[in-house]
Amino acid sequence: MRRAAAPGRVLPGLKFALAMAMGGAFGTGLPAAALAQSSAADGIAQYREMLADDNPAELWEAKGEALWKTARGPKKATLENCDLGKGPGVVKGAFAALPRYFADTDRVQDLESRLLTCMERLQGFDAAEIAKTGFGRGEQVTLENYVAWIAAESKGMPFELPQAHPKEQAFYEAGKAIFFFRGGPFDFSCASCHSTDGQRIRLQDLPNLTQTKGAGAGFGAWPAYRVSSGQLWGMQRRINDCYRQQRFPYPGFASDVTIALGVYMGVTARGVETKAPTLKR
Amino acid sequence: MADPMRIRAQAKGDLVEVRVLMAHPMETGQRKDASGAIIPAHFIKDVKASVGDRVVLTAQWGPAISQNPFLHFRFKGAKAGDKVTVTWVDNKGDTRTDEATIS
Repeated sequence: MRRAAAPGRVLPGLKFALAMAMGGAFGTGLPAAALAQSSAADGIAQYREMLADDNPAELWEAKGEALWKTARGPKKATLENCDLGKGPGVVKGAFAALPRYFADTDRVQDLESRLLTCMERLQGFDAAEIAKTGFGRGEQVTLENYVAWIAAESKGMPFELPQAHPKEQAFYEAGKAIFFFRGGPFDFSCASCHSTDGQRIRLQDLPNLTQTKGAGAGFGAWPAYRVSSGQLWGMQRRINDCYRQQRFPYPGFASDVTIALGVYMGVTARGVETKAPTLKR
Repeated sequence: MADPMRIRAQAKGDLVEVRVLMAHPMETGQRKDASGAIIPAHFIKDVKASVGDRVVLTAQWGPAISQNPFLHFRFKGAKAGDKVTVTWVDNKGDTRTDEATIS
């Protein structure tokens, strides 16, 4: 079931959250700063702060952790032996060093594609089938849960994507080329929106992904809970939607193009602490 | 069975601050799916929070509450170590109870 087409649902919930946070029966009092909003970005930052108190992404995290330890799939196995780059079963810190090269698959993989590998090899799922499944359906929901939990396990750690392997370097270069590649009916590239400071799309600030700070803010914010859709989005879904907005054909879930973009953004963001999963509009 | 809630309770002076995050679709019954059929209403109707035998909050909710609701309230008369229990019941009769120790 899709939740994206539900603009009317956000407001009642928000009103309720506002009533709860700003007074009413359980009152915390109105913050003075809320009255003196200097810019739209400040307003959004405040809105995020009010909601961020308890990020619903935690619901996904809790489920992800439980699912990780549950025997699933045709082979009835857990993912506890899944190697995310730090050795089999090590989850902490893995997210901050992805995407990276994996010798067993001879590929550079991001978190989602690596999870597909584990689900196929350990649990016997059909990875290609899951990759084809629409977002928010079937095993894609399971992936969302894993992604939320695994990202949360690295919260506060600086990005440290490896660049030692030639394939990792090749993916960085490819990702950079793709980032600046203009095309489609709008003649857009990622760089059209994401290579200058202070750009906006309507009220949303667009991070400058070519700089460390911007890449940290952009790449480092996903996965995130999207209030507007009530869903948890991973990086793959984020990129999918960027391509939709560019009117580009989507390169495919866990495809090399999306992973290369991840490598480019992640390497640019090296040194910045990951905050994911965060809360987004 | 519904997914677990996340409950956090902290004693601050004579107040206890409780934050609850519930996992629930909260369907209004107004929305339609891709084929045009109405998605049946599915929302939390009653919420109750208690400490021991004492009920500290009851609420009647409806379809205007957002998906994955967040509830934040304060009450007096409990101390660290006590347990806060939160229960919800939805319109399909499904229910979930979780508890948290006040820190």
